[in-house]
Amino acid sequence: MNKRLILFIPLVLFFVLGFFFWQGLKLDPREMPSALIGKAFPSFTLNTVKDESAQITEQVLQGKVSLVNVWATWCVSCRQEHPELVRIARETGIPIFGLNYKDERGAALKWLDEYMDPYQFSLYDVDGRLGLDLGVYGAPETYIVDKQGIIRYRFVGVIDRQIWQQELLPEVKKWQ
Amino acid sequence: MTELMLPELGHYALILALVMALVQAVVPLLGAQLKMTGWMSYGTPMVWGQFFFVSVSLFMLGYAFVTDDFSVAYVASNSNTQLPTPYKISAVWGGHEGSLLLWVWILAAWSFAVTLFSRSLPEDMLARVVAVLGMVSVGFLSFVLHTSNPFNRILPQIPREGSDLNPLLQDFGLIVHPPMLYMGYVGFSVAFAFAIAALISGRLDTAWARWSRPWTSVAWAFLTLGIALGSWWAYYELGWGGWWFWDPVENASLMPWLVGTALMHSLAVTEKRGVFKNWTVLLAIFAFSLSLLGTFLVRSGVLTSVHAFATDPERGYYILALLAITIGGSFVLYALRAPDIKAKVRFTWMSREAFLLVNNIMLVIVMATVLLGTIYPLILDALGLGKISVGPPYFNALFVPLMSILAVFMGLGPASRWKNTERSTLIKRVWLSAAISVVAGAALPFIMGGKWNGYVFLGMMLALWIFLTQMRDIADKLKHKGWNVKGLMSLGRSYWGMVLGHVGAVITVVGMTLVANYTQELDARMLPGSKVTMGEFQFELTDIRHVDGPNWTAEQSEIRIWEGDKLVSVLYPQKRRYTARNQVMTEASIDWGLFRDLYVAMGEPLEGGAWAVRVQHKPFVRWLWIGGVVMTLGGLLAAFDKRYRQKAMRQAGVTVQATESENKDTGAVTGASA
Amino acid sequence: MAIAFPLQMSKPSGLTGRFWTRSFLLLMFSLLPSLAQANIDAFEFSNEELRNRYQHLAFILRCPKCQNQNIIDSNAPIASDLRIQVHRLLHEGFDDEQIIDFMVARYGDFVLYEPPVNRLTYLLWYGPVILVMIGLLVVVIMIRNRKQQANADEAMDSQSRERLNQVLKQKTVNSSGKKKSRR
Repeated sequence: MNKRLILFIPLVLFFVLGFFFWQGLKLDPREMPSALIGKAFPSFTLNTVKDESAQITEQVLQGKVSLVNVWATWCVSCRQEHPELVRIARETGIPIFGLNYKDERGAALKWLDEYMDPYQFSLYDVDGRLGLDLGVYGAPETYIVDKQGIIRYRFVGVIDRQIWQQELLPEVKKWQ
Repeated sequence: MTELMLPELGHYALILALVMALVQAVVPLLGAQLKMTGWMSYGTPMVWGQFFFVSVSLFMLGYAFVTDDFSVAYVASNSNTQLPTPYKISAVWGGHEGSLLLWVWILAAWSFAVTLFSRSLPEDMLARVVAVLGMVSVGFLSFVLHTSNPFNRILPQIPREGSDLNPLLQDFGLIVHPPMLYMGYVGFSVAFAFAIAALISGRLDTAWARWSRPWTSVAWAFLTLGIALGSWWAYYELGWGGWWFWDPVENASLMPWLVGTALMHSLAVTEKRGVFKNWTVLLAIFAFSLSLLGTFLVRSGVLTSVHAFATDPERGYYILALLAITIGGSFVLYALRAPDIKAKVRFTWMSREAFLLVNNIMLVIVMATVLLGTIYPLILDALGLGKISVGPPYFNALFVPLMSILAVFMGLGPASRWKNTERSTLIKRVWLSAAISVVAGAALPFIMGGKWNGYVFLGMMLALWIFLTQMRDIADKLKHKGWNVKGLMSLGRSYWGMVLGHVGAVITVVGMTLVANYTQELDARMLPGSKVTMGEFQFELTDIRHVDGPNWTAEQSEIRIWEGDKLVSVLYPQKRRYTARNQVMTEASIDWGLFRDLYVAMGEPLEGGAWAVRVQHKPFVRWLWIGGVVMTLGGLLAAFDKRYRQKAMRQAGVTVQATESENKDTGAVTGASA
Repeated sequence: MAIAFPLQMSKPSGLTGRFWTRSFLLLMFSLLPSLAQANIDAFEFSNEELRNRYQHLAFILRCPKCQNQNIIDSNAPIASDLRIQVHRLLHEGFDDEQIIDFMVARYGDFVLYEPPVNRLTYLLWYGPVILVMIGLLVVVIMIRNRKQQANADEAMDSQSRERLNQVLKQKTVNSSGKKKSRR
């Protein structure tokens, strides 16, 4: 009898494997969580799009739950996302900090002028150093930073009304 | 064209094929179980009908491509009026739907071949084999019809132009690589069908091993060739000179190959010695299961791969269900029906059986390692434990030592005898080979690279070891048979098949070892007139000009390669832009040779009219694929051994006597199998 | 690469970069199989050792947003950024481990093709070793059993061969019989 049980090993192994494949179908292998969740926002000293002489550091993120939104004028989907950011800024009062990523100042200024500016200010990260420290691999990306300046959540892609209501807003509330 | 409704005809033919496959899957099996000859005889006509209708379907798709019928969605997204005609034909299998249709067609073709060449099979066995093949066919035909119909139309807004075939696929390598690979994958379905039929009938004797052997060898040969072609294509087409990246899709082809290799050896032991019956059946199931698993991995989107098809979860669930039924069902059958009577065959530690057992176990372990590495990220992700990547450093670190163990036994196998080999005999037969391979293996790194290199030592030593023991074996055999053509012939195709298989492996190992360790590579910024030196070669960029192709435009460099004052070669690498998709492609240019390739590829344009250029010197890189071709020939030679043919002849002879009118028919069979 | 995912890759530099972004987006949306091709930089290295270390690092670091490519083979802008970083860090005197830590801190273990050995990857790294040991055990048990079997194998061998012949003969009779009966 014992001997015959051994013959079932391939079957059992196959079904274990099959279970993982089944789970795998529900997952997106391309989706990547940020390595910085639960860690302090990386330190930086940057000026802003509108103020070349400003000296902003990570201290600015302390005290209030805020959003940091990575955007650029060369990013097509950032344009798509923009109106929702404007609405969030206007209706919820949650501070949104922009991170203007590898962009040109003139183009960025024009963009903010044309499409309205939902940001407290936009950090001017022309060489992408802060973006790299954040582990940004595309735009748009949006980070939720808590009162202590710790990164709690990252969303990659375009925020629309539904995503805001279902994914980001609950996270923001959790840390408020 | 649209009026002619040809695509609908193709679709309709597929539906008919499915109906026939259903009959083929059910009726002959019932006939075999109930011992009803009439029902059993349904198998062959259904196979032929199915083959005919799938062929019609494939032809209709090809016709839609050649005539630019963009009302067919699949054609519209994989072709273009500017596409050269050969690529229009190969575009049939350039995407998910069409390649699946090709898969199904090849399955039908294999089934057709089984009915042609297996007349010596007992009727009930043939009925069961055909029924199992029919079941697989039902699964895949319904998959095509249900989720991936290549004949879906875009109506009424017919696009005026197609979005073109992916430029990477517009290449000779991609015309031949998928069909060869699928011939291999799907070919294992025959060995699988034989194994399942044997399990159902409960007759797991040595006969089924003998019947499966030639089929397995042919499938293995095609798979070997398919993998070699894929590697060659990646080498010259992707533009960075790599030939294997341990990508999930590559692994998906390597795993059935490893198990198929084990299966070939295990079948030999089972046929000749009547042992390992359980194990051989299991390997036959494994080999085909891994082929199916590959299909799942490539088409479901559970893994990220550079080669993956467009994915959609519905397809993933469908294939997973197919896998569960096919593989799960087979393993249940195996667990219930595998014989537990042990064959009463004796062998010792020093026997060929023992060495082949080690070979089998090592091949399966290597396969399991590749599988583990391939799906480990998926497992961690499914358990919510984070995302990791498993890539070449992992696979190389494990593959090399495991294959090295295998290589040692590859040398011992031919040197040993069945049942038992006297220790002194074995030592006598291998000591010289061992000594030469260690000494020469240790000397080669110094000769080739000027300094010690452990990997080169290991690779070259093992290659020499396998080669020399094999040669010694031939010499020993010829001592008895006589050193002449007659003696060479008398060893038999099966034996020479094995020799070619092993020598092919040696050639590939030499290629891998040397190209992995002695490749020289240089990225340089070059302007017309600039020169770079690498080793003994100078590369001079003499000209950059604009050239136009049928559906692309390109910047083309002229690079002259000098060795001292001697002009070795002039290469023309290109940076192409395919107009339909506005996609940019690197076309590397290669001066190839038996002992080295010089590989030049253009990177991006830099400021000031300069270009980034990558030049590479790749010693012995051709050996990788030459080895693959030699292994392929070995597999084919083994499949066409006289033993199988004589059987067919004898069979034919008897049939001719019995029924004269069958004369023509059986004559054709013998002719084809010869 | 995100298929059907409207996400722009990181900012390219200069004209060629924009050209790449465009073609890259097209590649992203193009029908598959989608492969990205070689990327070639013309980095200068202060010595050969740095060049070799660069090539090794660029080989084992994965492009975070590509299908399955290391940063040396990918032409995605993010891969290019990372190559520049590796090149810079090498020249700033970082050792290999520090550079790997730098990347892992920002992009997670995902960025590394050689997964670190930890409690999550013990099975990955040691699984094959366990398999080899199991295999060895199987070989030992099987051959022990075989050696102990006293029965001569010749009998079995000829027996099975005989059975094969019988089966073949049977089939001959069967098939010719069938063909006759069909006519």
